[in-house]
Amino acid sequence: MSIDDVLLTGDLPGHQVGKQEMLSARNVTMRFGGLVAVDDVDLTVHSGEIVGLIGPNGAGKTTFFNCLTGLYKPTSGEVRFAGEVLPPKPRKVVMAGMARTFQNIRLFPNMTALENVMVGRYCRTSAMAVTSIVRGPKFRREEAETRERAIELLAYVGMKGQGGHLARNLPYGDQRRLEIARALATDPKLLLLDEPTAGMNPQETRQAEELIFKIRDSGLAIVVIEHDMRFIFNLCDRVLCLVRGKTLVEGTAAQVQSDPRVIEAYIGSPETQDGADNA
Amino acid sequence: MRIPTIFTPALQKRYHTVGRVLALAGGLLFAASAYLPWAYSGDALDDMSYLGGPSTLQFLGMFLGLILAFCAAMGWIEPWADARKLFPPLLRISKRAGWTRGAKATGIGVLVYIGIVLIAITLELGGLVTVEWGGWVALVAALAGFVGSRLLTAGRQPSLERARTAPWVDIVAIALVLLAGLMLAAYALNQVDGGTFVVILAFAGVLTAFLLRSGIGGWLSAVSRRHRTVLVFSAFAVAFLFPFTQNGSDANMSIATQVLIFAATAVGLNIVVGLAGLLDLGYIAFLGAGAFTAATMSQSAFATIGWKPPFIVVMLIAGLVSATLGLIIGSPTLRVSGDYLAIVTLAFGEIFRITMSNLDGSDGPDLVHGSSGIPAIPNLNLFGFDFGAVHVVAGIPLGRFSNYFFLMLLIMAVIVLVFTRLNHSRIGRGWVAIREDEKAAEAMGVNVFGLKLLAFAGGAFLAGLAGAVKAHVDQSVTPDQYIFLESAFLLAAVVLGGMGTVMGVVLGAALLKLVPEKLRFVNEYRMLLFGLLMVIMMRVRPEGMIPNQRRVLEFHADDEDLVDEIEEDLPYEFAEEGS
Repeated sequence: MSIDDVLLTGDLPGHQVGKQEMLSARNVTMRFGGLVAVDDVDLTVHSGEIVGLIGPNGAGKTTFFNCLTGLYKPTSGEVRFAGEVLPPKPRKVVMAGMARTFQNIRLFPNMTALENVMVGRYCRTSAMAVTSIVRGPKFRREEAETRERAIELLAYVGMKGQGGHLARNLPYGDQRRLEIARALATDPKLLLLDEPTAGMNPQETRQAEELIFKIRDSGLAIVVIEHDMRFIFNLCDRVLCLVRGKTLVEGTAAQVQSDPRVIEAYIGSPETQDGADNA
Repeated sequence: MRIPTIFTPALQKRYHTVGRVLALAGGLLFAASAYLPWAYSGDALDDMSYLGGPSTLQFLGMFLGLILAFCAAMGWIEPWADARKLFPPLLRISKRAGWTRGAKATGIGVLVYIGIVLIAITLELGGLVTVEWGGWVALVAALAGFVGSRLLTAGRQPSLERARTAPWVDIVAIALVLLAGLMLAAYALNQVDGGTFVVILAFAGVLTAFLLRSGIGGWLSAVSRRHRTVLVFSAFAVAFLFPFTQNGSDANMSIATQVLIFAATAVGLNIVVGLAGLLDLGYIAFLGAGAFTAATMSQSAFATIGWKPPFIVVMLIAGLVSATLGLIIGSPTLRVSGDYLAIVTLAFGEIFRITMSNLDGSDGPDLVHGSSGIPAIPNLNLFGFDFGAVHVVAGIPLGRFSNYFFLMLLIMAVIVLVFTRLNHSRIGRGWVAIREDEKAAEAMGVNVFGLKLLAFAGGAFLAGLAGAVKAHVDQSVTPDQYIFLESAFLLAAVVLGGMGTVMGVVLGAALLKLVPEKLRFVNEYRMLLFGLLMVIMMRVRPEGMIPNQRRVLEFHADDEDLVDEIEEDLPYEFAEEGS
């Protein structure tokens, strides 16, 4: 598939569209000593669906993400992905088809953009040490495929021809996009985005929105943590609001938007001033 | 690095013509002074006492003087030729070179060169009186050249590295540089006199500084990037030719073989440190494990293992034993990183040495005879080729060490192949990713633990191979050859030469091994001198002598020369604020 095809159809290369339950987290609880960061949270995500995760600072959104992606082992509860319980190892989680980006961008700064995406292909390729030294036809084919796929993905996120730049020298918006491309390179079925528009200007936010829609349309399930409410309500099919580690509300964007408790959690209620320090 | 300003830009603007005349005259006079006697007696350095008959070192000095004069003169020749539209292709190339920068570097260089020569004469003959008048003329000329070159206004930023040259020019340039390197190395190694060796090192240093500052160095490195395969093959060809320059003398070949063993081990360490970013302070233990394995299975009367397989098999076993040790030490410790890993590996190196000293029959099984080790390891005999005998090839006798040199060259080729191929593969990308951000690499599905273990075991395997040969070269293996200091030197070679590159590490290893061998007086102070050298390198060129491109960027996030240029254009207050 050529780059132009990708751009025309908007399809993520090599991905099939279909609707089924991808992720189901049940009663996930994460305790750090006496602090309960995530308290009994449930989440179900279907393919082709965008789920938003909102909540004031310190609500446990990123901790919940880390529980899902195997960075933390939840104190209790279980995370099933495509029907199977995930081992709490980031690598296994990625292999199973779940990829993430980070709140504070964590690219490999001294590698080029292309190399960054190629690292994402690591778990889908198999050349080991001896193969790499001997360089048989299989190795060369795999290496060429990796490169081609990385170039395609860069084009897919709108960074065509920028593969040669070092990640650290890229503008902020491109760094965010590159992180998404790197995550997509692992062939995920579910993409977890941790504040993908943090620090972006309105135009960049709109571009990110389009990109996320494009990824959703190719059949991937997406979970997004965001603070930008306009962004989240434009984007998400369902929204989950976490406050102090607990699920406050779960529903459609419109339902959550109009729920007084959500507004209270963010801004605080006029009578009690409760939660004002969280906002 | 930014060379401190002696004359302010204002002074430079006013006196730059004077400076150019001074630099030109100084350079020419310095070159001419090579024909004068520099020393009172022929015993200092190589004989410098003749009028009209320059010694080799004086010729080298003359060469530097001519470079200085040429660089200074280019400031006039270039506009002159430009106005008359003479030699347009040459002019185009010349306009990309930083002649003024080259002149400034050479200006300092000639002063350092003559300084070292005069100090060496004074020390070797006893007293300043032993410096003949020609030496003083040379010093005055060098001073004039130095002051003159400092007075020149800052020249343009060289852009030779962007010059597109025909492939044959590139290849001829590579061949010439390598041949010059071979000749210089062969000449330097044949010097018994320590002072002469230092002066040659100084010459090499000045020449390198000139090449780098004038932009020719940048062009050469661009050329070597374009023709990497040619470069690697010709470097090996040149190394292969080296024993033929020695006229059968084994003294230098012994050093060269030790250098190769050290360099091969350092390249192995470079996989661990330079690529995967794991600080290993006990790497010498893997070399030792290989050497002890080979020794116990050798034909030596003191060997403790009855089984005597052919050397190829022994070598593989030695590599595997080292790799197994690497796995054993690696699997529990690679979960820690950074400083902690350094401490664990340091301890491992000591444990290895002490364990070997105790395998003497009284504290443990008598495997290696404790601290006396295994002596009298015979020479190798591979496929009927006796490594102990002198073989005459094309009329040149090649002794025992030459034979081992060729074997080590072969092993070096294997190690370099493994290093570069792993570097440019999925595995290499994984290593770099781990070095850059371990958590992110893990979250992207990179098998962090497995790759770290692979780096550790792979590096150990290569060291084990080198160790097996080392056992036969040294003829005896004792635990006290594998002390912590050796690990530190290996690491120093990697850091000095340039992490993540083969060429740099080989250069670093060669320098660290050669200098103490050739300079007996350095041997006493070598810790002090190397410490100083490391400090200076960290200050001046933290990325190493021949750095990996990625490393350069790590240490120089912004283009320093560009910053310098901008600063020079700014009034002083602003420059201070901005820096």
